[in-house]
Amino acid sequence: MAQSEAVNSQTAIERAARSRDVRYRWLLTTPALLVLFLFAVGPLAVMLTYSFLKPGNVGGVAWIFSTDGWFKVFFKVNIFEGTVELADAHLAILWRSVSLAFYTTILALIFGFPVAYFIATRPENRRDLWLFLITIPFWTNLLIRTFAIMELIRNEGFINTWAIRLGLIDRPIQMLFSDFAIALGMLYVFLPLMVLPIYASLEKLDFRYVEAAYDLYANKWQVLWRVILPLTKSGIVAGSILVFIPALGSYVVPRVLGGGRSMMLGNLIEFQFGQGRNWPLGAALSITLMAIVMVALLVYVRNQGRAAQHV
Amino acid sequence: MFDRRRNQFSVKAMPGFAGITFVTFTLLYAPILILVIYSFNAGPGIARWEGLSLKWYWQAWNNQQVISSSIRSLEIGAFAAIVSTILATAAALATTRTSPFRGMRFIYSFINLPLMVPEIVTGVALLICFAQVKIWSGYNGLGYLFAAHTAFCIPFAYLPIRARLETMDLSLERAAADLYATPWMTFRHVTLPILWPAIMAGGMLAFVTSLDTVVITEFIKSGGQDTLPTYMLGQFRRIVSPELNAISAMFLLLSVIVVTCFFFLNRKKE
Repeated sequence: MAQSEAVNSQTAIERAARSRDVRYRWLLTTPALLVLFLFAVGPLAVMLTYSFLKPGNVGGVAWIFSTDGWFKVFFKVNIFEGTVELADAHLAILWRSVSLAFYTTILALIFGFPVAYFIATRPENRRDLWLFLITIPFWTNLLIRTFAIMELIRNEGFINTWAIRLGLIDRPIQMLFSDFAIALGMLYVFLPLMVLPIYASLEKLDFRYVEAAYDLYANKWQVLWRVILPLTKSGIVAGSILVFIPALGSYVVPRVLGGGRSMMLGNLIEFQFGQGRNWPLGAALSITLMAIVMVALLVYVRNQGRAAQHV
Repeated sequence: MFDRRRNQFSVKAMPGFAGITFVTFTLLYAPILILVIYSFNAGPGIARWEGLSLKWYWQAWNNQQVISSSIRSLEIGAFAAIVSTILATAAALATTRTSPFRGMRFIYSFINLPLMVPEIVTGVALLICFAQVKIWSGYNGLGYLFAAHTAFCIPFAYLPIRARLETMDLSLERAAADLYATPWMTFRHVTLPILWPAIMAGGMLAFVTSLDTVVITEFIKSGGQDTLPTYMLGQFRRIVSPELNAISAMFLLLSVIVVTCFFFLNRKKE
């Protein structure tokens, strides 16, 4: 009897708590969601609309439906012959963006995996410090880190001056304003994004598997290739995508280190909103960029889901 | 002796990995260090060392544009950090201190979406919207930058606060509730003091993020509203004034201080 009363009052309290929950839940989340909707998510929807309008005379748009913006992302009309051709300038920039982001990711993996492994095999009380050392550059201003690279590799920069002074070269090597400079800059800027997820999966790695492999006469290379890498695949995929996404959409690095010569998608988008004065085309290019990012994100989410199932 | 033999063949050792790590850390820090060292150079730029001097710092200090854009950056950063942290704390409480509900995953991904959208896309989308609002309202002030930075900072403040709430021991809050504390009293006297370091950490992350944001600001600022990053971006030409080294060094110092505070606040209590 006493027991059932206790149960009843418990459920009454719980029920009260639940209805209070529902009220507080919306009261507390609405402000954040509203701000995000107004100033981050909503504008993306407006941009999608703009990509289907006609460009205005001096920037902006005219409110007339048109698929011209989207057409121009991929095609152009040859005015002399009236034929439709692929927009090779846009496609070249799109291709350069994807391939530069890809190379950056591979390089980040080559440097990032050993670093993550090194940190994960330190004594437990030291790991935090190493992780901190990796993240410090990441939280310092991206612009300044890009500028630091610029100062290193410019013709009058640190590397060229010293190489000339030491007699290694006669005249400065042109490194700035090239695809090489962009890839180097992006590697420098985004490397921590590769290290952290790989570290997270290495930290969970059960080294008894490694011991077992050695007991079965595997050499270091086989252990790395056939035991450690497969077991940390989810971290590698996650890190690669976390590097690839910002590299693909990067704007500051190609602007500073590529000069006007090497454009990436971000710079092409900016151009359409500035001198190009074709907002619908710029909007369509932005949505294209978003679409590629979303595909990469889907891979990421599925990969994380699979990793969670295995653990 | 047994230990020694184990050390000779460590299961965990991989040849070359320590070397690559050493090279990576060197490459990670060398450019920044060179920049800082040469900001004290009496001569121009980083071509040749001509002795120690604070002349570029002095020049930057006397540059009206540098000072006004720095103040603007700090204003926007402080506003965005405080507002986004308050909003994020509320949202984090609502998404951890309730029974799981249907919209929770949606709210979670909605809050984190800005992290995944390339900054250039957000910048352009805001440019489109604000251009229209500017025409309608005729308002050209800093409000647009305040709003955009606040929204952009919310996920950065939200993540550490939520992480702390998730790992927090619930027994104290339950004890308070058992002793007839109202939800507000429980929050004010139990949850908030425990959560405070994480809130500060989230605020600092938001502040650094706002200071770091250059693309969004570049797109939506009106004339004469340069922040320090957009001012610097405008100065990166073929010939760069050594003054920028000094500005960068000061900026780096500020970021490192804030991030170090974040690290210690966010550290798990042993």
